[in-house]
Amino acid sequence: MQAGFHVNSNTPAEDYLIPLALTWTATGALQPGQVIYPAPKMEKYEFADKPLSVLTGQFDLTANFKVAANAPAGSGIATGKLRYQACNSRACFPPKTIDIAIPYQIQ
Amino acid sequence: MYPLRPLAVAGIVASLALLLGACSPSARLDTAAAVKPDRDRKPAPDFTLKDADGRPVRLSDYRGKVVLLDFWATWCEPCAMEIPWFMDLERRDKDHGFAVLGVSMDDEGWDAVKPFVSRLGVNYRVLMGNDQTAQLYGGVDALPTTFLIDREGRIAAVHVGLADRRDFDDGVERLLQAPAPAGAGRATVAALAGSPN
Repeated sequence: MQAGFHVNSNTPAEDYLIPLALTWTATGALQPGQVIYPAPKMEKYEFADKPLSVLTGQFDLTANFKVAANAPAGSGIATGKLRYQACNSRACFPPKTIDIAIPYQIQ
Repeated sequence: MYPLRPLAVAGIVASLALLLGACSPSARLDTAAAVKPDRDRKPAPDFTLKDADGRPVRLSDYRGKVVLLDFWATWCEPCAMEIPWFMDLERRDKDHGFAVLGVSMDDEGWDAVKPFVSRLGVNYRVLMGNDQTAQLYGGVDALPTTFLIDREGRIAAVHVGLADRRDFDDGVERLLQAPAPAGAGRATVAALAGSPN
């Protein structure tokens, strides 16, 4: 994230806040498993009474997949969507959903 | 059932790099907090939006009143912080020719907005916004974005992002002190017949 910005974590403090969410639309020979989101930070902002569960700076999401023993060798692309909603210390920006494409190679 | 097989995966890092880029155009927050002099005010674009009861509301119905036009959303914490300030202003000045109009930019519509408004006890009129209306007001990329509109329907101040409460209090007070334009009062009485404001 650009300095000064944050996104809500996947478990925001309030139910009306929009969580970071990675979903898969097509995974080919892979069976999607658990998505591991980064540990959120609880940060206090001027505009909120309580600390918010957010992500800032650089962070990774880890997506686990399984592959069947009899899956044919070869390459493919898993596709999905990442939804997020960002704010800075004074304003918030409309939620966005971006396309994710992850190339894989079964050997 | 799914014994592990060698698998090479790349891409998550690339996806987060997109996050960086997505934020940067909106980083330019610009605030013109002070009330502009008369000569610098431009007409507030008219629009028609529906309120929670499905009734169409036109901005021009409020000509002759000072209007605080607040673009907001339920997922916007800075917006939620300002809402009680606007409720106080509505209480203080609604009988002095003032009205707050909240324009929600929630994609989920009234399903998201009605419970939120009810929980906060919002005492002013809330309308469901759309992209067309936002475009009329410069796109409204950052929320909250709040316009103070004078009695003649001109934009007197713009606040982008969380503002200082005193800017709203002082701005509204100053605009209310200005005399109503000739004829605006008669038109307003007719236009607002039946309006809760």
